Amino acid sequence: MTATTLTPADPAPGSARRRVPRRWRFLGRRLGFYLAAAWSAITLNFVLPRLMPGDPAAAIIEQLQSAGGQQVDVQTLEAIQRLFGNPDANLWQQYWEYLGQLATFDLGTSITYFPTPVADLVWQGLPWTMLLVGTTTVLGFLLGTGLGMVAGWRAGSRFDTLVSPLTIFVSAIPYFWMALLGLWVFSFLLGWFPLSGGYDPDLPVGFNGPFLLSVLHYGAMPAATIVFSAFGGWLLGMRNMTVTTVREDYVLLAQAKGLSPRRVLLRYAARNAMLPNLTGFAMALGGVVGGALLTEIVFSYPGIGYLMYAALRQRDYPVMQAVFFLTTMTVLLANLIADSVYALLDPRIREEG
Amino acid sequence: MRTEFLRSWKVRTGLGGILFFVLLAVLGPWLVDALLGVDPRANDTSAIAQPPSGEHLLGTNQFGEDVLAQTIAGARGSMFVGFLGAAVGTVMAILVGVPAGYFGGRVDAALNFVTNIFLVMPVLPLILIVAGYLQGTGLWVIALIIGLFGWSGGARTLRAQSLSLSGRDFVRAMQMLGERGHRLVFAEVLPHLTGIIASMFLHAMIGAVLAEAGLAFLGISDASAISWGTMIQSAQTQSAVLRGLWWWFIPPGLCIALIGTAAALVNFGVDELANPKLRTARRKTVRRTAAALEKTGSQA
Amino acid sequence: MTNTRTVLEVRGLDVEYVTADLPVRACADVSFTLGRGEILGVAGESGSGKSTLITALTRLQRPPAVTTAGEILFHGRDGAPPVDLAALDARELRRYRWTAVSIVMQSAMDALNPVMRIGAQFADALRAHDKALDKRAAWVRAAELLAMVGISGDRVRDYPHQLSGGMRQRAAIALALACRPQLVVMDEPTTAVDVVMQRQILAQVLRLRRELGFAVVFVTHDLSLLLELADRIAVMYAGRIVELGSAAELYRAPRHPYTQGLRDSFPPLHAPLRPLSGIPGSPPDLRRPPSGCAFHPRCARRIEGCDARLPLLEAVGDGHQAACLFNTREGAGR
Repeated sequence: MTATTLTPADPAPGSARRRVPRRWRFLGRRLGFYLAAAWSAITLNFVLPRLMPGDPAAAIIEQLQSAGGQQVDVQTLEAIQRLFGNPDANLWQQYWEYLGQLATFDLGTSITYFPTPVADLVWQGLPWTMLLVGTTTVLGFLLGTGLGMVAGWRAGSRFDTLVSPLTIFVSAIPYFWMALLGLWVFSFLLGWFPLSGGYDPDLPVGFNGPFLLSVLHYGAMPAATIVFSAFGGWLLGMRNMTVTTVREDYVLLAQAKGLSPRRVLLRYAARNAMLPNLTGFAMALGGVVGGALLTEIVFSYPGIGYLMYAALRQRDYPVMQAVFFLTTMTVLLANLIADSVYALLDPRIREEG
Repeated sequence: MRTEFLRSWKVRTGLGGILFFVLLAVLGPWLVDALLGVDPRANDTSAIAQPPSGEHLLGTNQFGEDVLAQTIAGARGSMFVGFLGAAVGTVMAILVGVPAGYFGGRVDAALNFVTNIFLVMPVLPLILIVAGYLQGTGLWVIALIIGLFGWSGGARTLRAQSLSLSGRDFVRAMQMLGERGHRLVFAEVLPHLTGIIASMFLHAMIGAVLAEAGLAFLGISDASAISWGTMIQSAQTQSAVLRGLWWWFIPPGLCIALIGTAAALVNFGVDELANPKLRTARRKTVRRTAAALEKTGSQA
Repeated sequence: MTNTRTVLEVRGLDVEYVTADLPVRACADVSFTLGRGEILGVAGESGSGKSTLITALTRLQRPPAVTTAGEILFHGRDGAPPVDLAALDARELRRYRWTAVSIVMQSAMDALNPVMRIGAQFADALRAHDKALDKRAAWVRAAELLAMVGISGDRVRDYPHQLSGGMRQRAAIALALACRPQLVVMDEPTTAVDVVMQRQILAQVLRLRRELGFAVVFVTHDLSLLLELADRIAVMYAGRIVELGSAAELYRAPRHPYTQGLRDSFPPLHAPLRPLSGIPGSPPDLRRPPSGCAFHPRCARRIEGCDARLPLLEAVGDGHQAACLFNTREGAGR
């Protein structure tokens, strides 16, 4: 060890004192944005029915009457009125009332299953969707990012030239068509999986082995289709980012240091290549959720996608709005989580949004 | 120089595929009439849910309609929504993204906020609600809605691009010369973005075709129009899967997947040309290098 | 040929870029010897093949660049027979990386991983070559290394973006010295910093070399810098070394017109001024190199045969070589 020559250390930006607040400031700003986004969605939910041309309330009532062949009862009328707003009431007043109801999780009453509160219907479906979308999103992200990393690292290899174009094709397939194909091949032709539902209806619902196994068995096909449809986007993004990152000087230097290829790939190339994928999470997640809702319909999976489908056919607007409200909130929450992971992985934290 | 991008097989294949489907959309009805001699809506009661045969090349559906004729006719509906939706979405993206990036400041803050909101919102449920309220919609309205809600990704890209353009010397110079803001944007900045806008348009077109299919699948579409989405939807409501009528739902979905692949190939190929780092990762280069290495016998 | 005073012998190194049409020969028949603790400067314009030479020496080249011929003989301290770095497979090579040859890249900003702490980037190099070193000790050693280049040791916990440009560059140098290499390849390590910092860094490199005794291959387009720093200088043009000699000799009496042109294109710092002149024209397209001497289209002293015969590097003085027909003619005529 040699003696130190004392060159005065030049002043550097961002000493230890500033490091922590910076990260929190980023997350604070993101949180603020998501709150604003949530408020926009809530307000949109309020404004949309009131913006519709003509008198949608009257149209629906008419439609219900002709469908049921009888007078619509008073409660249903009230539910519909509440949705579109009493034409006599002040708009501000309506808005505050609406916010108050949301705050107490009062999502109104279903028109189809009158007088079941919408909240009850949604609570029944939400756990299923969360389970399905949550696991498939994480699985799809990991699988796509992992395979994309390998393809990008060995760019131009046989694996890359085979997998990447194939993925382009797979990711262009609509979710519900993929679901239909899966259903046809694995459930109809091969009979490996049940044709519809989320669990074995003959088993008692609860946290017991057979029931949970049936949940896995019934969920396998919907989950597989969503993962299969969703992972392509991650894969292609990660592949191209890896190809680009691998040529960065710091990866070259890591190699020059004589580190093992594994370490170079994971700690230097992949970790940096992953960051844009993580910021792209927001854009992708909305699509995955939308696709998952459609997949649920194909498999008659008891989540909120299926609920929404039923509501759509019956024109049960309160239910549709609740589903929109809840999916938006969930997507926003998931994005906040993704941002937190990003803040954890990237010390630079560039603020873009 | 202009045709440089045609050198990539990916771009060529992709453009070929898109051209094929565009031709199909334009000539489809005539083709069906002249070559097949079948009306896509005609119910052949003698052939209900028949598998592919000499008479009906792709079989018939539950209503005795010819699946091939429907698939060809459906191209027009799907492509129409694709083009119109993409056009609306692209125009929106330009109107929001370019000024945001170019002017910066408050304009940017406001426009960027709106963009980000639309970016994180799950668009499909939102479109569903709007489409649900507008009862009995036609393809026009569907395309408009898709465009109006699907512009945010493009706006984000354009914002970033015009942000960097606005700092370039030639733009600065024009500003010094006293060129007015909006004229500068459209005459000087926009032409530099044509490549990106073209690739965005392709992307948006596929998005719109997929979205239309998704909406049709949920029963939100013009019931009288034939599109790939409505075909899959009627297959689904008639439980085609459970009856094993695979020839009914496979062709339309395959068409959607193929046109999506074609557009993605174009974008992929253009990416490779624009980014030389991606180009050197091509199989041909890697194989040549490996051969060169083999020859010298050094390195593993 | 094994010589304890030699650390590196490069013989007939050829590097090609494999392209769709003609292969591009970016380094052609490059040979030189480097003594222990010597600083060899490599000067040339962009496209002269000097960067290609670096990636070939350090075996960091990526497709489509391929070393098609030549040897890179490395002589260890122990007096063992030299190893040909160009012929080692990836696994064997890893043992020599950083302990034998390390590198300082042009921009430390790009060369340091932005999402890892400085200390961690030192520690993984140290621990890759010393399995017995535990994590704690590696970080302590990292702090010592930083202190060696005048950066406070507690900066190991910082991320690269938290250091100033000059500090980053010095940290990159400290990192290159982590495993006590015998050769450090430096690729224009001072282009990203201001002139004052440049002088500080160069002074530091000279001091560290004195203390640690490593040899340096210093690549730059700036000949004036090399005249002060290097013991010997190699001038590259179109992938070939066109002149090689001691720094003083090269400055006093350049024997290749290109070297002369380079010398005359900047004002001397410590000598009387003389008229400045540039080199007309631009570097050749290596896909279609000119026939004969690659410099002949730009050369003011072109003579008959320059466009036909490829001049080889020949001795023109004591330890001084140049590749120019003019010298040969002159010599023959004398």
